[in-house]
Amino acid sequence: MNRIETAFATAAAQSRAAFIGYLPAGFPSLEGFTRDALTILEFADALEIGLPYSDPLGDGPTIQKAGEKALENGMTVLGTFAAAKALRAKSDKALFVMTYYNPILATGEAEFVAGAVAAGVDGLILPDLPPDEADTLIPIATAAGLKLTFLLAPTSTQDRIDLVTASSTGFVYAVSVTGVTGARVGIPEEVPLMVQNIKASTSKPVAVGFGVSNFETAQAVARVADGVVVGSALVTAAQRGEGLRELCTEILAGCAK
Amino acid sequence: MQNFPLPDARGRFGRFGGRYVPETLIPALEELSAAYQDAKNDPAFMAEFEQTLREFVGRPSLLYYAKNLTERLGGAKIYLKREDLNHTGAHKINNTIGQVMLAKRMGKKRIIAETGAGQHGVATATACALFGLECIVYQGEEDVRRQALNVFRMKLLGAEVRPVSSGTRTLKDATNEAIRDWVTNVRSTFYVLGSVVGPHPYPAMVRDFQSVIGEETKTQLLELEGRINPDAIVACVGGGSNAIGIFAPYAYLENRPRLIGVEAAGHGVESGLHAASVAGGKVGVLHGSLMYLLYDENGQIVPAHSVSAGLDYPGIGPEHSYYAANGVAEYVPITDREALDGFKLLSECEGIIPALETAHAIAYLKTLAPELGKDKIIVVNLSGRGDKDVQEAMRVMTDMENAAKA
Repeated sequence: MNRIETAFATAAAQSRAAFIGYLPAGFPSLEGFTRDALTILEFADALEIGLPYSDPLGDGPTIQKAGEKALENGMTVLGTFAAAKALRAKSDKALFVMTYYNPILATGEAEFVAGAVAAGVDGLILPDLPPDEADTLIPIATAAGLKLTFLLAPTSTQDRIDLVTASSTGFVYAVSVTGVTGARVGIPEEVPLMVQNIKASTSKPVAVGFGVSNFETAQAVARVADGVVVGSALVTAAQRGEGLRELCTEILAGCAK
Repeated sequence: MQNFPLPDARGRFGRFGGRYVPETLIPALEELSAAYQDAKNDPAFMAEFEQTLREFVGRPSLLYYAKNLTERLGGAKIYLKREDLNHTGAHKINNTIGQVMLAKRMGKKRIIAETGAGQHGVATATACALFGLECIVYQGEEDVRRQALNVFRMKLLGAEVRPVSSGTRTLKDATNEAIRDWVTNVRSTFYVLGSVVGPHPYPAMVRDFQSVIGEETKTQLLELEGRINPDAIVACVGGGSNAIGIFAPYAYLENRPRLIGVEAAGHGVESGLHAASVAGGKVGVLHGSLMYLLYDENGQIVPAHSVSAGLDYPGIGPEHSYYAANGVAEYVPITDREALDGFKLLSECEGIIPALETAHAIAYLKTLAPELGKDKIIVVNLSGRGDKDVQEAMRVMTDMENAAKA
């Protein structure tokens, strides 16, 4: 069983959804990232390490600002791999790199995949790379054993659901809303039906993200999905420098089925 | 409107183009592609589009023999394709009329757009006023400052202008914010993109609506000179919509004229402060499309620089990227300083104040006209008028004079 499968299996064995956290490398500072990421990993089953990008068009203000800060702090592609490696030395949990396509193109797909694998990264999540455009990356990642998670949205048609579930190798990431990342008041009512439709097309784990920020929103997702992704709320706590542990405790409780 | 051989079914011009966007937008882009094909094949839609260009925009725009400029430069005969005489003062209106008509046909009531200099924002606001649709324009804070007159024009036309404070606070970030709005409000909203960039079908659709420029040029040159082809066509290029509008009808001909795109070289390509994506960029992805782009070794987009807000964009559209990679067109850099000289040259010699964007194309004539020689013909796309730029040009020229004195 690979680390991603272990993450979902461990959660399922405890009758809960997997808790997947997100934090940009180099944020809130170069050292602060490792400290906060390890705190999150005490509770979470997996961590998405954000590789900051100058033009994150899928992100709301919280993650945009965190990314800008991380870039100011000097974060790079190699720096992100080094940060992943430091976490891997202390944790056996699943690690993803989440970024946009241009940093991968700039590095070279093969070189990027090799660097990620060498750092102990298990998978990539690329919000601006739908499977339709990943025909060169897919064989490289597959050969290296690096998983690729593609995203689905409330607007996805059955054709898209079929393509994305067939192409995803780690888990399937369902975006809860039409919109960008960020905390929201609630989870839209259409989410259970969306997850049900996706699960009817695949046996792969389905995690839901965007707008999950507390016990209630985690519960709303955990009732229907295999995983709960939390980003902006963790970023806000890391920025504040307090309450990260309490927030993780609350989210983990919210992951109960 | 002619059917061009590219892009292919996947929205590719060779390797360039595609749809590098969040999944949320893929169904919307598929819907847009289908609706656009349907409209393009509907004679009633095309008749209304052409009628609106004729009666509201004032087409065809003149093809004007620039006698004084020709004599001054002492070389090839120079014709100006007068897009500056269009309603709203630039070529941008050709595209916004087409897209806003399409939005209306699709039943979308909310229109969003990005703008740099404000010309596309004004053209979108104008089309929305004409067709009675809500209009929201994203513009970088830096450009809101530089282009105060256009901000007022957009508001006067009933549009809401939303200043964008993220990133470099210019066109690139306004485009990011417009895309974020579209991802959020995709079910109700039509995104009117202003250049030949973005995910498929935008580069093709914007090209098609702008191709009226090149089609008219063929007819007009035939009347004036007895031939369809000039020897060279020159146009300025940021994202590249005015250039593609005049290039595309010629680009796929067996015997085509030289097509020359003039990029904004800012302080010089070697200085790093420029917007010349072909001369100084690499193949990358931004705003949904694979194209020549300015970025660093980590893939972070490098801010573009140009004296003209309309060329201040770090990429060049996928069809231009294809032309550049395959030798269909040439791309040459012109600096801020050279562009300001071009701005003065056309004003003094022809009584026409060009937009600072267009002034880049004019500036290149100083090299090209003598080089080609007297028996040759050049057509320059005079993409916009310079009224919006006089204040900024005055500021920059004064700074340069003071720097020269000191």
